[in-house]
Amino acid sequence: MPGLTGKDQVLTDYANKLAVLDAPKGRSLTQDALRRLSKNKAAVVSIGIVVLIILVAFIGPYFVPWGYSEVDWTSIRKPPDFDKGHFLGTDQNGRDMLARVLQGTQMSLIVAAVATVVSVTIGVIYGAVSGYFGGRVDSLMMRFVDVMYALPYILFVIILVVMFGRNPVLLFVGIGAIEWLTMARIVRGQTLSIKEKEFIEAARASGAKPFAIIMRHIVPNLSGPVVIYATLTIPEIIIAESFLSYLGLGVQEPQTSLGTLISAGAPVAEVLPWMLLGPAAVLVTLLLCLTYIGDGLRDALDPKDR
Amino acid sequence: MALLEVKNLKIDFLTHDGPVHAVKDLNYTLEKGKTLAIVGESGSGKTQGAFALMGLLPKNGRASGSVMFDGKEILNLPTKELRSYRAERIGIIFQDPMTSLNPYLRISRQMTEVLELHRGMSHAAALAESVRMLEAVRIPDAKNRVHMYPHEFSGGMRQRVMIAMALLCSPELLIADEPTTALDVTVQAEIIDLLVDLQEDFNTAIILITHDLGIVAGTCEDTLVMFDGRVMEYRKTADIFDKPEHPYTQGLLAAVPRLDKKVDRLSTVSYDFMAAKGEA
Amino acid sequence: MSASEREPILKVRDLSVEFTLGSNGLFGGKKILRAVKGVSFDLYQGETLGIVGESGCGKSTLSRAIIRLLPASAGEAVWLGRDIQKMNSNELLDLRKDIQMIFQDPLASLNPRMTAGDIIAEPLKIHMPNIGKAERAVRVAEMMQKVGLLPTMINKYPHEFSGGQCQRIGIARALITNPKLIICDEAVSALDVSIRAQVVNLLMDLQKELGISLLFISHDIAVVRHIAQRIMVLYFGEVVEIGEAEQVTMDPHHDYTKRLIASVPVPDPKVEMERREERRKLRRAAAKAA
Repeated sequence: MPGLTGKDQVLTDYANKLAVLDAPKGRSLTQDALRRLSKNKAAVVSIGIVVLIILVAFIGPYFVPWGYSEVDWTSIRKPPDFDKGHFLGTDQNGRDMLARVLQGTQMSLIVAAVATVVSVTIGVIYGAVSGYFGGRVDSLMMRFVDVMYALPYILFVIILVVMFGRNPVLLFVGIGAIEWLTMARIVRGQTLSIKEKEFIEAARASGAKPFAIIMRHIVPNLSGPVVIYATLTIPEIIIAESFLSYLGLGVQEPQTSLGTLISAGAPVAEVLPWMLLGPAAVLVTLLLCLTYIGDGLRDALDPKDR
Repeated sequence: MALLEVKNLKIDFLTHDGPVHAVKDLNYTLEKGKTLAIVGESGSGKTQGAFALMGLLPKNGRASGSVMFDGKEILNLPTKELRSYRAERIGIIFQDPMTSLNPYLRISRQMTEVLELHRGMSHAAALAESVRMLEAVRIPDAKNRVHMYPHEFSGGMRQRVMIAMALLCSPELLIADEPTTALDVTVQAEIIDLLVDLQEDFNTAIILITHDLGIVAGTCEDTLVMFDGRVMEYRKTADIFDKPEHPYTQGLLAAVPRLDKKVDRLSTVSYDFMAAKGEA
Repeated sequence: MSASEREPILKVRDLSVEFTLGSNGLFGGKKILRAVKGVSFDLYQGETLGIVGESGCGKSTLSRAIIRLLPASAGEAVWLGRDIQKMNSNELLDLRKDIQMIFQDPLASLNPRMTAGDIIAEPLKIHMPNIGKAERAVRVAEMMQKVGLLPTMINKYPHEFSGGQCQRIGIARALITNPKLIICDEAVSALDVSIRAQVVNLLMDLQKELGISLLFISHDIAVVRHIAQRIMVLYFGEVVEIGEAEQVTMDPHHDYTKRLIASVPVPDPKVEMERREERRKLRRAAAKAA
């Protein structure tokens, strides 16, 4: 009868009082890690550069005089020409390289992001479930991963393409569906060790259901290795995408990606160096920065910090 | 001349959040063949204070002050020189024996190596000496057990092996860092009693670092109570237990439930002396 | 009010727990480790029973079998008239509301990603899902006060607390569902002497105030004697002695208990010298017997 007795009101008032009561926010482990990360110069600079690359890749195309599929018949295979607005030159079809690099970066970033999200989601849940239940469930789930590992992923993507036709979404799913395998293994290993911690036993003793334990107690404590591995997966995915595109299974013309641009530029690097240098510089910078960020995160998230 | 003389020892750790003063001012002397207990709770600086003598501080630790061992200054000596002290004249026993036993080598190999290297003994002589030492720490069937691997021993036996290894070169000083904390009560009593006997047999000076006032009582001549990096009380053990002077020691003694006395309620340690000191 | 006249809230009869150790390859036979062998005891309301034994004696295994975190291989544990082994999931949920645990490692028993408030509130969310957020906050704040924590610490994370404070959070979490029994598994062993005294006092005060029963598991018989009315001594999975705390500590019957008592250091140099002699005698006698 909370409405009648006004108990609810009293409680709410008390709770509000508690809220305004000077209860300072604690420093969570994540905040601690971010604080440490912010002291790591290489990581901070790298984050800045990556953010800049992302911004430029997505906003840049609106300010570039040429579109990525637009053909300038007057300048084909021309080096950088500032008068015409071809700041990075043009390719064999007279398309503006700067516009193409921006579009390619965009595409590579999207593929990387989507595939990473897919692989992290599947991998974390799969690995946590497998590790938490252990025993027969674990053996079964991990044997499935082994089987998937044994399957060449190119074959897998080809089967997908044959079944569903060419589609960039398929590319994301295909790469993500392969990358989660390693993630699942890493997460399973971590879960096995977290599972032995006393706070898991405390949760079990107080009657928490397995799903609640996994979601509330295990997954949040996995964030360290997962975040680190994810940052290291992104470069892998970008490279995998380039490879698939090179085989003609990935991004299709006139759309492009960093990998496609590089594979187009490499054979003509001696005569048309600007076709390789632009995309290569972006790719190398991106991969380097991501590696630094991954390193920085690993140091920052290491719980046994000095 | 005292075997060990520690004066104004200070230890700082450089951390992310600025320097931490683990030991603020530590002074004591230890005569040859005597025993000293350093008692303190976690974070009191008791372990760091002893490890600094041996140059065993973590990388971000800095020690200053003076440590005279047998008339020579040994604080902050180069590692090379310290190493010879460590092996021959100062023995250490750690809380977890596995930290200093190599799990992949037989005990015989680990023990004879020390003797061959530092004493120039032949292998046969070194092996005989190792067996003798294992017998001294009362490991039954030492002749055969000397060829076993560390994991084949129980916790208490492993700690005995550690003690035997620490005593191999008959060091003048033995530092025991919480040697029994990881052990069961009955095994702890055996190890402590063993240390007392060995001390008499080998005439080794011992520094016993512990958080447990109980094991100090029957073991050491002198007791030094540390808190927050400082010495609270440093006197004869009998006097400290008979009439603790410092409020911290008094509190500590009263906070332990005792088998020989029944109290209705444990008294807790009051830290008022900290405030009083701050004001003074 | 003699305990024996009342009905015990927990009756354990011939309880055994076995572990199957992994077999070595195809041909290695499975090894069975009997961690708890036929343990029987009663526990009454408002009583503290101390369980003493060395590492590996099965005392933790026993406690986990009582709340069915581990299956018993034989015997029964009867909680308020119902056999724990035969409980359905609803009854089991009730059991886990009525019996709570406090663990050894204060920091490791708290989820590092949750705030103190969330940790204490978790059992409430499981067992009383219909109470509102506001009431939950109030109960958590009250409980924090009860165990000697400031309610203003509610948003802090475990690593911002000291060891003693962490253990208080663990106690608050155990008390929030108004349990009838709390199992303290080496709950004060990892704490410094000065903090241990505070936590022991807190547990005793709370028990007096709330009338709960305690199963106090520890290797430290001096602490157990202080807190418990009765003591049960476990040795290699078997009960070697059970009785009033004074009797077990002052006049032990079993040889192992005698050895255990003789091994506990007493902070008094004169007494300790005598006890050392006594220990030597016992050890010599044991060696002769073997």
